[in-house]
Amino acid sequence: MNKPAVFPQSGPAKGGPGGTPLSDKIFRWLAIGAAALAGLLTIAFFLQLAWHSYPAFREFGPGFLCSTQWDTAEQKFGAAFAIYGTLVTTAIALLIAVPAAFLTALFLVEIAPPLLSRVFGCALDLLAAIPSVIYGMWGLFVFVPFMQTHVQPFLSDTLGLSVIPLFDGPMTGFGFLTAGLVLALMSLPFMSAIMRDVFRMVPAVVKESAYGTGATTWEVARDVTMRYGMQGLLGAVFLGLGRAVGETMAVLFIIGNSEVISLSLYDSGATIASVLANKFAEAEGLAKSSLFALGLILLCITFAIQIFGQLWLRKIRKNSGGGL
Amino acid sequence: MKSLFGKLAVTAAILCAGGAGTAATINGAGASFPAPVYAAWTYTYNKTNPGKDQFNYQSIGSGAGVSQLKSGTIQFAGSDDPVREEDLKKYQLLQFPMLIGGVVPVVNLPGVPKGQLKLDGATLASIFLGEIRKWNDPAIARSNPGVRLPNLRITVVRRSDGSGTTWIFTNYLSKISEKWAKGPGNAKDVKWFRGSIGAKGNPGIANNVAKTRGSIGYVEYAYAKEANLSTVQLKNADGKFVAPEVASFAASASGADWKNAPNFRVELTNQKGARAWPITGVTYIVLKKEQKNKDLAGRMLQYFDWCFREGGKTASAMHYVPMPAEVVALVKASWKEVK
Repeated sequence: MNKPAVFPQSGPAKGGPGGTPLSDKIFRWLAIGAAALAGLLTIAFFLQLAWHSYPAFREFGPGFLCSTQWDTAEQKFGAAFAIYGTLVTTAIALLIAVPAAFLTALFLVEIAPPLLSRVFGCALDLLAAIPSVIYGMWGLFVFVPFMQTHVQPFLSDTLGLSVIPLFDGPMTGFGFLTAGLVLALMSLPFMSAIMRDVFRMVPAVVKESAYGTGATTWEVARDVTMRYGMQGLLGAVFLGLGRAVGETMAVLFIIGNSEVISLSLYDSGATIASVLANKFAEAEGLAKSSLFALGLILLCITFAIQIFGQLWLRKIRKNSGGGL
Repeated sequence: MKSLFGKLAVTAAILCAGGAGTAATINGAGASFPAPVYAAWTYTYNKTNPGKDQFNYQSIGSGAGVSQLKSGTIQFAGSDDPVREEDLKKYQLLQFPMLIGGVVPVVNLPGVPKGQLKLDGATLASIFLGEIRKWNDPAIARSNPGVRLPNLRITVVRRSDGSGTTWIFTNYLSKISEKWAKGPGNAKDVKWFRGSIGAKGNPGIANNVAKTRGSIGYVEYAYAKEANLSTVQLKNADGKFVAPEVASFAASASGADWKNAPNFRVELTNQKGARAWPITGVTYIVLKKEQKNKDLAGRMLQYFDWCFREGGKTASAMHYVPMPAEVVALVKASWKEVK
């Protein structure tokens, strides 16, 4: 028992003279294959979508991006309404979810007593794991009637916001605003859970020294925690953004599915993902090609978000030299 | 070792081949309109004929079903709108009617007793064109003397996906309203007025109407029954208000001239007859005339024969109308074309 443990030699152990063992070779090729698969899939996706959407782009040209028409009878298709709907709902979602997620995470890490923090933290993780279709069902059965009978009359009539075109429109409970709010609820736990982990990783000694200089909780959160964890926080935002942009089922239930660009947030609209889910099964010919083109646009949007996110992170890293 | 393995493989191959000869799985897909009945039929057939072919029906939409049939992934398709003549010819398809059903407007109108609202065709078209915006509009009040109509905004719920149910519904509206015929027209997916709410599938519309005060939508009758929604009485071609029920769907079917309709292409909307329900439709089965496996094709037709013979009761119980006997005879005569 007291014998010193014998460690195997480091480096390749038993193998042919000078060669690596077979298991290592297999492992190496498996790893390369798996990594290559990801790259190949991405390229294949782009090629496939581009190939199938070519007829639509050839027919409509760049006008496809600006036209709001979606007319199966006249075979005229455009993407503008879907792009608009995707951007508007995502913007509403982020506008609400980012500050709310930040505050929730801050509360859990900095303010809440440990027991409360554990309970709320668990709830947050559970919320983040709920499948999106559940949010859609809840949205349709509970949230849409609630919006119709309470929130929309309150905003427009009680607060008198209907003078702004944004809050002037048919109060059906469906539409951009409802979809944006449900997307906010969906991405909030997701973002918040990551932000909480980011806050936890800020070394206690950094925060304590700030408190030592007499800083308040908010000052520490803003000037120390947030700056230190900026990269992680942005990562959380981009993950939430990704979820909101591509969300399909939940949006499909509650956005009202109209091919419309409208200033009113009460109007029913559509997002790229919801149009794809609605129309794909019955589409033929040019309509199908146009749907592929929409898919390509969605892929490009998510790609652009990723690239923009990376560039922004790099810039922040350079400027602040954040810790995480 | 090797020879034993070889023997095993051969035995397995023989077993598989033998299995394919006696029983197979036959897949169909398409229209959601008759799907509840087809599901009940396949279930009963598979249960009462164990060890024989197993039948499957997936409710994926008429258009999707027909395109799957063309590409050969399924053996038969269900479609609510008759397949275009040139497509029947080009892909060598056989089409025959299987069931008759009704599309019904459903409303969520607080204060008005269930099934009591009356509408004429022109008013229905105006509502779905977005021209009549309130439930207490004079045009609606005219058909409903004595009913207190609420001062409530009308929310129109319609399909967001392409659908055979929409085809039947817009077929009726195109016949009754010139403005509809020139505007949205008759198709599986039309351009709806701005402000209407789109929902996916019959269940989607049923859900939205159930949840939205002041809404009106249209669904296949069985879905309205299932969701316990309030249906609308419509004024038919004879000027009589009729309620949607199996008898009034059957009344629409009785007037049709099946014998002279090429490929059984008849329209049952806006039919004459005092009891006729004006938005009645036929749902079809489509299959390929050229069958690779003759034996299998024969057994598939046997199944449809069983549906006609034994399935009527189930269909009626689910508020669909089985095909009249003289139409079934015509259908069976058309099966000769399957080779």
